[in-house]
Amino acid sequence: MNRYSAWAVFKNGLSGHRGWTRQWRDPEPKKAYDIVIVGAGLHGLATAYYLAKNHGLRNIAVLEKGWLGGGNAGRNTTIVRSNYMMPGNREFYEHSLKLWENLSHDLNYNVMFSQRYHVTLLHSPAARDAAARRYNTMRLTGSDGELWDLATLKAEIPHLNYNNARFPITGAAVQKRAGNARHDAIAWGYARAADSLGVDIIQNCEVTGVTRNGGEVSALETSRGTIAAKKVGFAVAGNSSRLWQMAGLGRLPIESHKLQAFVSEPLKPLLDHVVVFGVGGAHFYISQSDKGGMVFGGDLDWYKSYAQRGNLPMVQDVAECATSIMPCLGRVRLLRHWAGVMDMSMDGSPFICKTSLKNLYLNAGWNYGGFKASPASGWYFADLIANDRPDPVIENHDLERFRRGVNIDERGAGPDPKLHG
Amino acid sequence: MIIINCPFCGPRDHSEFGYGGDASIDYPALDAPMDEWHDAIFLRENICGMQAETWHHVNGCRMWLIVERDTMTHEIKSVRPAHGGNAAVLENVAEGGES
Repeated sequence: MNRYSAWAVFKNGLSGHRGWTRQWRDPEPKKAYDIVIVGAGLHGLATAYYLAKNHGLRNIAVLEKGWLGGGNAGRNTTIVRSNYMMPGNREFYEHSLKLWENLSHDLNYNVMFSQRYHVTLLHSPAARDAAARRYNTMRLTGSDGELWDLATLKAEIPHLNYNNARFPITGAAVQKRAGNARHDAIAWGYARAADSLGVDIIQNCEVTGVTRNGGEVSALETSRGTIAAKKVGFAVAGNSSRLWQMAGLGRLPIESHKLQAFVSEPLKPLLDHVVVFGVGGAHFYISQSDKGGMVFGGDLDWYKSYAQRGNLPMVQDVAECATSIMPCLGRVRLLRHWAGVMDMSMDGSPFICKTSLKNLYLNAGWNYGGFKASPASGWYFADLIANDRPDPVIENHDLERFRRGVNIDERGAGPDPKLHG
Repeated sequence: MIIINCPFCGPRDHSEFGYGGDASIDYPALDAPMDEWHDAIFLRENICGMQAETWHHVNGCRMWLIVERDTMTHEIKSVRPAHGGNAAVLENVAEGGES
């Protein structure tokens, strides 16, 4: 593997940049591995990387039915933040944000992580009180967060709708260490780093069956032959239920829903921050990419779906949100929009856990929040697989928590998956 | 847009409807063991393919419907009233009786 550096760019420049090699291998699958991770999305790749790096394990494969990072890794709005409050989530997402802060150096790959502030608009005294509670909890647990009054917000972002909004903006809750990153770079960075530690990343390899030997998984049937495994990890959010049923394990506390995202034509620099708007049924988040496109999204399409395509009522809904907080976007044209399939869980929080099969581990239920979570998800999932016990941070991220009466429900929306946006 | 053929109102855009969820779930008796309630409340088949689900014609006749819909193609196979009493009324109307 070429190590990337300014010196490497200079040196390869002398030879016409013909010295660069491919970033990861394209190996044939072996007959057997110690650990097989299903799903080469951000979570699967991060898991393989931390298994190799943190736990010194080798002989690992990551199976991917399509191409690397072609699922939800490429279908998100790239927002990274840790403004979660519930025990379990608070430590988990803070750890993830800390990993993000050093990820480019760790992977020797520029993931373009930009700590450009995550600005949640507030519209009422009650919303301000709720935000104060949440952001104070964050500050008391080693994170950052602050409340902005209207004058501060106006100075920072002068072109929001301060004049005639249906719900007047009264201030904002801000996490300055939050921001966004380049989604493809994360997938490629993790893939390259894992590959350099000997992980086999096997693309176009769809799992079609799970062979069980009593209470264990013995092998995976794939479109590229049978692959035996001592330990298996599922990281296929969106399709977790399908794989779960292939393993004969029945039902999960998950429904698959689709979420759309949008990008506009490129504009000159307009918005420096990630801005979030949610009041009176609206739900909207927007930032500007380095190429200039306005990247934004809103609610789910509201009905269960495995189709990676969105429906038009939500396009209208999101466009209305956009023009209600940034009327200056009124004549901007939409360039693309797409939909990804989400594992929506019963309390809006994920699962990283052991299962009823001895050597099978589950990573699922990421709802809207999988992108920001991917480093910590890989970190704790790798730790779980390597040591066969959950770290205390994820001790309630198991499938049995509802039976114990534990809900990690940030929104307080109850057991209706579509409401956990 | 998905077009749902409401038995009371005729074909309407899905944006007139609220989505309920999996219609195959039967809630257990109130005094049933906790495990049965856990399963009914928290666990889902999450079918990829044809599934029965509830929709509420909230911006129309406000009736709850049971819709058989493919969760991959969004094709609708059947729509019927969720409550038997309503089904009987419809049948009566179809036969030219008093509604």
